[in-house]
Amino acid sequence: MSIAPSGPLAALKAAADSFVADYQARKTTLPGDSHVRAESAALLAANGLPGPREEAWRYTALRPFAEAQFKPTAKAEPSAALLARLPHVEATRLVFVDGRFHSELSGVPAGFRVITGEPAYGTLARPAAEKLVALNTMLAEDGAAIHVPANTDAGTVLLASLATGAAVGFHPRHHIVLEPGAQLTLLDVTIGDGEYLHNPVLTFEVAAGATVTHLRTQDEGAGAFHLSTVYAEVAEGGTYDSFALILGAKLARMEVHARLAGPNAAAHLNAAQLLGASQHADFTTIVRHDAPNTASRQTVKNVLTGRSRGVFQGKIEVARVAQKTDGYQMNQALLLSANAEMDSKPQLEIYADDVKCSHGATVGALDADQLFYLRSRGVPEAEARAILVRAFLSEALDPISHEGARAAMEAAIAAWWAKGGRVQT
Amino acid sequence: MLQINGLKASIDGKSILNGIDLTVPQGEVHAIMGPNGSGKSTLSYVLSGREGYEVDGGTANFDGQDILAMEPEERAAAGLFLAFQYPVELPGVNNANFLRTALNAQRRARGEAELDAVQFLKLARAEAKRLSMPDDMLKRNVNVGFSGGEKKRNEVLQMALLRPKLAILDETDSGLDIDALKIVADGVNALRGPTFSALVITHYQRLLDHIVPDRVHILAQGRIVKSGGPELAHALEAGGYAAFIPEAA
Repeated sequence: MSIAPSGPLAALKAAADSFVADYQARKTTLPGDSHVRAESAALLAANGLPGPREEAWRYTALRPFAEAQFKPTAKAEPSAALLARLPHVEATRLVFVDGRFHSELSGVPAGFRVITGEPAYGTLARPAAEKLVALNTMLAEDGAAIHVPANTDAGTVLLASLATGAAVGFHPRHHIVLEPGAQLTLLDVTIGDGEYLHNPVLTFEVAAGATVTHLRTQDEGAGAFHLSTVYAEVAEGGTYDSFALILGAKLARMEVHARLAGPNAAAHLNAAQLLGASQHADFTTIVRHDAPNTASRQTVKNVLTGRSRGVFQGKIEVARVAQKTDGYQMNQALLLSANAEMDSKPQLEIYADDVKCSHGATVGALDADQLFYLRSRGVPEAEARAILVRAFLSEALDPISHEGARAAMEAAIAAWWAKGGRVQT
Repeated sequence: MLQINGLKASIDGKSILNGIDLTVPQGEVHAIMGPNGSGKSTLSYVLSGREGYEVDGGTANFDGQDILAMEPEERAAAGLFLAFQYPVELPGVNNANFLRTALNAQRRARGEAELDAVQFLKLARAEAKRLSMPDDMLKRNVNVGFSGGEKKRNEVLQMALLRPKLAILDETDSGLDIDALKIVADGVNALRGPTFSALVITHYQRLLDHIVPDRVHILAQGRIVKSGGPELAHALEAGGYAAFIPEAA
């Protein structure tokens, strides 16, 4: 006779089994490559979901997610209020509603190709290494394959995910290819209402001399789970330049794997996490320098109120061949309440002997002298606090050169503050 | 304009001000001189409302209002200005935006129309020019990377823009060379008039050669121990503070 297991591990096992059962029931109707899907199903059945004993998941427990139930998606229409939250920028729109491509809300690309209607798997993702990627691969139903030809500037693409809050789970799979010398600014906006699971995977192939600017706004519903994984592979002289503004969801994890594969390739993984109430958000990066003269920059700012918890894990790996690597990582947290918590874990693994790598982390409160200085000039306390919080974020926000995206992010930050960020209990 | 009666204040239970009596009539400039530790900076912080200071007794009346009951920003909007001894750096805050935010916050609190960016910049550039400040000081972050003299000029620029009824200058001369001192003094003198009062807090008589006060008060051990005309500053310079400090009991 066996004893029924209980506790977090049992909950995670049950959740993984339930996802696999959903796959088994629907596998004949799911679009795209059934072979990779089946492989990931086998991985998920064998390995389950990330658990508390795994080093990479030490600070982020998926138990609340495992205890929730998510239905498969159906075609849905977003509310006008939800649509109004999209940034007002000139861009080719690719709109997904509850994970499904919505052609009426989307635009037609000019000068580059977009394919939708099935998962864009690409070849960079590693379902065997990342369990949530196995989950995504197994259940992905839609996504955008964006292909920018050589020496072409695709301009700005707004990749929007709107969630209607129908307690659904969706796992979009996007693949973005930039041929040599190509350019693209991808505004990646994920918003929604209510409770749902959004588990996207995005893969970027950045060829020699190409530049992709990936500007993300995660403003999911208050009861939502946002678990995303990005892989970027950058060839010689190419750049993956990213900034993520993290505001929403009950439980969020953004994991970014960037590999600098050719000389003079660069990656910028900047982020700002603004959290309140009992939100938990985890920004995890793994940057691998695999060629000489490569550079990575990470400036991650956290503003935490209420009982929120921010996590930053940043790993920089420098291969033996990657001489003259320039790696910089800075994680700073502003705690606006006594009950907020920041966990920061930098990791450097360096096998080359001629490199410049630095990392730092600070945690602090608003500066009383600065606050008094502003108030002594007539600025009311709440406004003075807002000014100092915005100033704290500037190092991460200022490098964003896309004016429309930056304005939209400024507005989102102001709205966050007005909505309750300034409630400091 | 400012009337202080029997003001007592302490920090962390340690008594610093032990009953200050001081009146600054409208349109007058008064100097407070005193040795280190006499309570000069504490007086300026208590009047401007900095946290951490406990008022243990007495009153401070500013333009008919009980200023000790007001928030720092309310005191500013009522027309009180503190020029800091050590101006605070605000990384990530643009100086022009800071000045405009402050000016508009005060105008809003007084029910006046706010200035738009164009109106404000015109005004700020004109004032900056009068203080021999380069235009780029408006574009930089507040006090970040400013020299000691630039920081003090930036304080006077704020004062010129905010047009306070009463300015407290807390050791504005410290760390200034003679040229910067003259520029700062000229900036203060330019504001002098029937509706501007100032309390100039200083350790040395030097500043008072350039900003000639109507009255001089000597502060020692948290009390005003002597008041007089501008000549008192000269007597102090000649004889030192020792003659004015009461013997320890």
